[in-house]
Amino acid sequence: MTNSVEIKKLDLHFGAVKVLQDLNLDIGKGEFLVLLGSSGCGKSTLLNCIAGLLDVSGGQIHINGTNVTWAEPSERGIGMVFQSYALYPQMTVEGNLSFGLKNAKLPKAEIESRVKRASEILQIEPLLKRKPAALSGGQRQRVAIGRALVRDVDVFLFDEPLSNLDAKLRADLRVEIKRLHHSLQNTMIYVTHDQIEAMTLADRIAIMRGGQIMQLGSPDEIYGRPVNKYVADFIGSPSMNFLDGRIQGGAFHVGDLSIPLDGYDFAGGSPVDADATIGIRPEHVVTGELVGNAAFQVDVEVSLIEPTGSDTLIDCTVAGNHFRVRMDGQSRVSLGEKLRIGINPSMASLFDAKSELRL
Amino acid sequence: MASTRPNQLFRNKSAKIAAIPMIVTALFVFVGGTAWTIVYSFTSSGLLPRLKWVGLDQYERLWDTRKWLVSIENLAIYGLSMLVLVFVIGFILAALLDQKIRFENTIRTVILYPYALSFVVTGLVWQWILNPEFGVQNIVRGWGWETFTFDPLYNAEIAIFGILIAGLWQGSGLVMVLMLAGLRGIDQDVWKAARVDGIPAWKTYLFIVIPMMRPVFITTLVLVVTGIVKIYDLIVAQTGGGPGIATEVPAKYVYDMMFQANNLGQGFAASTMMLVTVALVVIPWAFLEFGGSKNRG
Ligand SMILES: Nc1ncnc2c1ncn2[C@@H]1O[C@H](COP(=O)(O)OP(=O)(O)O)[C@@H](O)[C@H]1O
Ligand SMILES: [Mg+2]
Repeated sequence: MTNSVEIKKLDLHFGAVKVLQDLNLDIGKGEFLVLLGSSGCGKSTLLNCIAGLLDVSGGQIHINGTNVTWAEPSERGIGMVFQSYALYPQMTVEGNLSFGLKNAKLPKAEIESRVKRASEILQIEPLLKRKPAALSGGQRQRVAIGRALVRDVDVFLFDEPLSNLDAKLRADLRVEIKRLHHSLQNTMIYVTHDQIEAMTLADRIAIMRGGQIMQLGSPDEIYGRPVNKYVADFIGSPSMNFLDGRIQGGAFHVGDLSIPLDGYDFAGGSPVDADATIGIRPEHVVTGELVGNAAFQVDVEVSLIEPTGSDTLIDCTVAGNHFRVRMDGQSRVSLGEKLRIGINPSMASLFDAKSELRL
Repeated sequence: MASTRPNQLFRNKSAKIAAIPMIVTALFVFVGGTAWTIVYSFTSSGLLPRLKWVGLDQYERLWDTRKWLVSIENLAIYGLSMLVLVFVIGFILAALLDQKIRFENTIRTVILYPYALSFVVTGLVWQWILNPEFGVQNIVRGWGWETFTFDPLYNAEIAIFGILIAGLWQGSGLVMVLMLAGLRGIDQDVWKAARVDGIPAWKTYLFIVIPMMRPVFITTLVLVVTGIVKIYDLIVAQTGGGPGIATEVPAKYVYDMMFQANNLGQGFAASTMMLVTVALVVIPWAFLEFGGSKNRG
């Protein structure tokens, strides 16, 4: 038994609205799985089903090898952290951590040692006597994580835990959650709409759309080999450049350009002739001396420059399409300048024009 | 910019000027009227107010009158029962309605409807329902239970509870909607967190949700208590204070003295006693609520 959580043919609908349909997902022991998708795609609904906070319409959920489809949330061996912290406002931090344990009639000494351990791990010992209202957002979310921690469970569920925090705190707490996962080695299922969080935290990412999982894979796979145009567009910032054209005779034709596809790893093994879209990430476009080695080269005119410090983003036009290029922050370019850029097809993605699936 | 903080008194000047007529009226009517009442409670005013001082005579007579003592006792029984029951019933109804049930709007309207009726109508309706000849007793006897007796309004021992039933029927709806609004204001994630923690629903209400609803409870408490203290029309419509003096209340005593017994001084003394009682409750509470908050931080 190596799976911690198994979701089998899960269906969930609110009245006539089908939110989740025939969803299957296995999550390994100690794995950090991120559910990533835009708002309203059913991430929270899926997490609430795993937690037992929503009654499923069909299918099964197994946790640690037991069928828990109809078990109460507290009996599933899970702890959960919410976006809004959901602390009990009239209780102190200590009360928040211990209320569930007291209710479960655990021995006093046991409760004390668990609260002590959790507050040490999360560095909230000085706050134990305070009420949530007297805490900052970051501290509140630590307490909420502590409340999951004291339950001493194998599976942690996070529902956008960092979305209410400002950027700096978000980055700090993100690192801390990753550290927590390293030291506890328990299973974590983490919902977010933020791809940076997903890429930095996940062992595997499940990209969700319309209640279905589009792609399940490591951050590398999701980034490097997106299964369809939606995933390719969703992941990566700035987002991928797309050019519509046609694959013929081992090359991609768009306008009067022809991009050779030698080195592209076709899903079917060999090149096909079809109407298609080529996707090229701005950071995979080469400039400067490196252009000489690129399989395909083209001259463009710089129409907009966005310096971000570490990188500089350049807007230009390729075969009549808007195209972005990411350059080193040190490079000096000026508006209207002619620039030679290079593309390596092995780093690109090709999608069928109709099905939008990866070719 | 001035380096000193501007005087608080002169901030929002135009708003304050606009409020002056209202403040003056309020001071004149409420404070002036109250002071006037207290002053004349020390006189022997009869049909018309007269400044003929009699010291504490009116108060001595008041506390020697059985009707007044019965009134106080009735108000205490009615008030305490009403306070406890209206909160329990109102909260339970709200908690039931909060379970995402169907027809919520219809049920809410039906239960709130009695609140839209005047006390006089409520009193008359319940006079009929509790009447042994036409009401509940008659109906149950009609089903074959010949010895069934339910005539609270005709039994001096329990008549005040007949009033209580009508009061609850009328007042529960308001408490329910206020509580429902309070419950709806609770973050649903708190409920989820409590379920994950394994807290049973009743404990979640008692230890988490109700403490979070404190402001709603205080507002409701103020509304309910004022309703209790000034209870008058319900009594007049339902029992007229009877049987005998079994359902007399202080507000009715004041009215009877002032406008029927032509004894203004006695009426003023009784209303001053009511004011003192309310003040004894409100002032300590206000100190706790507002004075204490500075130290609480
Ligand atoms: N209680 C509910 N009743 C009806 N529809 C709901 C309910 N909860 C969520 N939905 C719908 O289900 C979809 C998925 O919601 P959710 O899982 O919260 O999305 P997200 O991925 O943003 O967390 C949304 O379209 C939402 O409108
Ligand atoms: Mg959500």
